[in-house]
Amino acid sequence: MAQNYYQKEIETMPREQMKALQSEKLVKQVRHVYENVPYYRDLMDRKGVSPDDVQSIDDLYKLPFLSKADLRDAYPYGLLAKPLEDCVRIQSTSGTTGRRVVAFYTQKDIDLWEDCCARAITAVGGTKKDVCQVAYGYGLFTGGPGLNGGSHKVGCLTLPLSSGNTERQIQFMTDLGATILCCTPSYAAYLGESLKELGYKPQDIPLKAGIFGAEPWTEEMRKGIEETLGIKAYDIYGLTETSGPGVAFECCEQSGMHVNEDHFFAEIIDPDTGEVLPEGSRGELVFTSLDKEAFPLLRYRTRDICVLSRKKCSCGRTLIKMAKPMGRTDDMLIIRGVNVFPSQIEAVLLKEGYEPNYQIVVDRVKNNDTFDVNVEMTPERFTDKVSEIMAMERSLAGAIKTMLGINPAVHLVPPKTIERSEGKAKRVIDKRKLI
Amino acid sequence: MAIKQLTVFVQNQKGTVVSVTDILAKNNINLRALSIAETQDFGILRLIVNDEKTAERVLSENGYLIKVIDVVGVKIGDAPGKLTEALAVLDRAGINVEYLYAFMARTEKHAYVVLRVEDNAVAEATLTAAGFHMISEADINKL
Repeated sequence: MAQNYYQKEIETMPREQMKALQSEKLVKQVRHVYENVPYYRDLMDRKGVSPDDVQSIDDLYKLPFLSKADLRDAYPYGLLAKPLEDCVRIQSTSGTTGRRVVAFYTQKDIDLWEDCCARAITAVGGTKKDVCQVAYGYGLFTGGPGLNGGSHKVGCLTLPLSSGNTERQIQFMTDLGATILCCTPSYAAYLGESLKELGYKPQDIPLKAGIFGAEPWTEEMRKGIEETLGIKAYDIYGLTETSGPGVAFECCEQSGMHVNEDHFFAEIIDPDTGEVLPEGSRGELVFTSLDKEAFPLLRYRTRDICVLSRKKCSCGRTLIKMAKPMGRTDDMLIIRGVNVFPSQIEAVLLKEGYEPNYQIVVDRVKNNDTFDVNVEMTPERFTDKVSEIMAMERSLAGAIKTMLGINPAVHLVPPKTIERSEGKAKRVIDKRKLI
Repeated sequence: MAIKQLTVFVQNQKGTVVSVTDILAKNNINLRALSIAETQDFGILRLIVNDEKTAERVLSENGYLIKVIDVVGVKIGDAPGKLTEALAVLDRAGINVEYLYAFMARTEKHAYVVLRVEDNAVAEATLTAAGFHMISEADINKL
């Protein structure tokens, strides 16, 4: 494929020049954060680092890390670096009590985020002649707004379908000739199956490419989607903490994602010691926002386990590449695109008067995540009436749905029947085999 | 007057019932009646036994979640329409029956119906007034 670039100068910038650009931005950014974010200033002061200690990107390692816990402590305004009157938008994770991340954006922040998404769309062959169907959720979730903005920047005709309503998705896709599809990989697979059932052959479907992210997926899944839809399927990475999708994106090589490192500097660290690891090492991915204004996180620990590579890419981009994340350093699960921590389920159980004896079972059936929660019945709640026990299951499922936004199937089970290893219940059984 | 029902919470799985009855057998407990209510996930065993205290103890010791509740036991004639007569009496009195199950006596020409209702005393009074005989724990143990 002839390569197009959205911002060629940046995307193919020689290494030394990129490093100079990153250094220049970092020095400015550290000063901006130090002056405007007391929370981070305290962290720096405690570590004995001043803005003067950061003269280039090589000094980044001196700065303290930020973690999800910091975001929780500083919620909602503690990490804000601009007056609210300069902010134009928030986006938020699907998360919940204690875990919700609210990210703020100035107009410039939105622009750079949308540029990142535009680079991703251009990298898969998108031009102003394309029709881009965005089937990520719109709203607080970053998926829809991010790709929507990127599609506008490229000049595609944008179909803002948001998620769900498969019948309508298919109608717009076929009637208006969508050529690029943006959604979660599991939804892409589902759309593919639905089209197949309706009698569409891959050659009847106008799509040529898809940009799929927000949840883990495998190479097998990629092949399946490519075959049923007759397209090339590309991965995209991002997180609300840094901006949203577009932090990294795949090119025609489909072998890892180029990090938009002029905006987001990536490091790999040893998750136990915090030490920066050399290129090619497997460790925790850490991002530093080099030029975001409102919510500029420095050295944010993503908890994703990853590998970075500077190997020359045939697409001509010099941007560093990250592998598909290989796992997590914490116990976070991604179910139907939603981040789920077992501790959230535990909090619901305690609130509803159950013992925290439970097990989360996740599987993927026909490319859709199943989400089951087994909970041990308590002697106090046990009754001889089936209808009451079923009502307890429904009510608990409702409480979990309120917490997470996704609906589990709750099963009450007899006490001490949940598998325990070394006396501790095994909390999560993930049968999806994604990596 | 009410009789005791053992209620056991089990998983809807192969071998569950036999493991419960096996424990009862080994402790020389005789089953008078057994009813199972099941969903896709779980099952509730409802048992009438000759020695409910021992049964409760041994099942608890084996890790089962048990609840002993009072249910109404009513004696009815072993003939067509007898159950309907008893239920019609309750229905006329506006008494809702959550569930019921029946068992036969070995010697007498009678059947016994176990009724789960909201208020045992009201149900018993209603049935007694209509001429039915209630059974007691002592009757169960004599069966």
